[in-house]
Amino acid sequence: MGEAIVITSGKGGVGKTTTSANLGTALALLGKKVAMVDTDIGLRNLDVVMGLENRIIYDLVDVAEGRVRLQQALVKDKRFDDLSMLPAAQTKDKSAVTPEQVRDIVLELKKEYDYVIIDCPAGIEQGFRNAIAGADRAIVVTTPENAAVRDADRVIGLLEQSQVPAKLVINRIKHAMVKSGDMLDIDDICQVLAIDLLGVVPDDERVIKAANSGEPTVMDPTSKAAIAYRNIARRILGDMVPLMPLDDKPGRFRKLRKFLGIG
Amino acid sequence: MTDKPHITIKGVKDGLIFLFDDSCDFAELMDELRFKLEKSHQQLLSGPLVHVHVKLGSRPASEEDKEQIRSVIRQRGNLLVQTIESEAPRPDPAGASEAFKLMTGTIRSGQTVEHDGSLLLLGDLNPGGALRCTGDIYVLGALRGMAHAGTEGRTDVIIAASQLRPTQLRISDVISRPPEEWMSADASMEYAYLEDGRMQIDKMNQLVRMRKEPMLFKGV
Repeated sequence: MGEAIVITSGKGGVGKTTTSANLGTALALLGKKVAMVDTDIGLRNLDVVMGLENRIIYDLVDVAEGRVRLQQALVKDKRFDDLSMLPAAQTKDKSAVTPEQVRDIVLELKKEYDYVIIDCPAGIEQGFRNAIAGADRAIVVTTPENAAVRDADRVIGLLEQSQVPAKLVINRIKHAMVKSGDMLDIDDICQVLAIDLLGVVPDDERVIKAANSGEPTVMDPTSKAAIAYRNIARRILGDMVPLMPLDDKPGRFRKLRKFLGIG
Repeated sequence: MTDKPHITIKGVKDGLIFLFDDSCDFAELMDELRFKLEKSHQQLLSGPLVHVHVKLGSRPASEEDKEQIRSVIRQRGNLLVQTIESEAPRPDPAGASEAFKLMTGTIRSGQTVEHDGSLLLLGDLNPGGALRCTGDIYVLGALRGMAHAGTEGRTDVIIAASQLRPTQLRISDVISRPPEEWMSADASMEYAYLEDGRMQIDKMNQLVRMRKEPMLFKGV
């Protein structure tokens, strides 16, 4: 029996879909059997980020309403055999499925896959309730902005009520801004939200470039964001991986100072 | 229907008095009321407009209960409910505010905790969360959200927190918005109180000036 993890945030645009795509891929990279479920009915994106848009034949609503079997609707990834995705419908809205239907689908996926990654829509309404229905645990994504932290706090409260344990991923940290005091730092956020930190992903332009080309960032090992996602995936598997240092460029000067033992 | 009726209907000069038994179940009472209005006393109760006075005895009745009684009686168009009286002993306001509650956990954005009395929160109150008490509020943790003490008008109550960093504080009907109105330099144990209708903040060790409670020390 696998484990279902919902990726949620409350606020839109903080990187739920990017995180879903990258963590799903990273887990597959580590040799796990992974299914990703897009529950953002009406505004599906996960397929675009994964570059699988043109392979979709059936979707979540078709499965929920029993028109097709789950296996028929699953889209196989082009990079990994053990990675599949269940796309959301684009022409319906969130009320097209019920939490019970999603729970049944996730339960069926858990029988065959090690991890089921559920991409949650923004908001706390029906779409959110659908997404968390089958989840064993949650990853709450936030960015270092007050509005995002506020919404994350609200979502954590709702998850606690539904008894879904949650961990935190802080996305798009800009080290230079944190250092100059213009951005909330990791400690501030963790103090307010008071849940375990699963990882911190630095802001990286390559993430946007990768998403546009339908190739998850995590495939590019030279990107800092990719390393961060890989580390988070390993922490999901239970490995102890220290947080990586965030300062962007060690620089030749600093390397030299370190070499001389005065850094 | 039980053998002994729970509802007695009496005619007086200016209308009818419905005497309700105060020891039976409320739902049972409602069933009997409906039965009397629709079946057994149908003829008696039809006719011109009649004023009705309901006496509940010593049964404590909430507004919802009263509304239910009104709506049942109103179904007979000619009956007009004038008064609903209950001689229930009112909850002692002094006794209620003595109620002290201990709570553990984080009050997060969108969550509200209300309490009749004073409350000690072991945990944080986050921005977007609200805590309302008729008595004092103490937070062993960070108070970052909205705290309202003395919701029913008491002005002698305080709001104390290990870290007082609220989005808004209210005592009775006084509202204060830090940091525009006040901002303390360090985040050590502080409390908010009212003085001449204005919100004041002070260090915890000053509270004794406001509340002179005898303290017994042992030893020399």
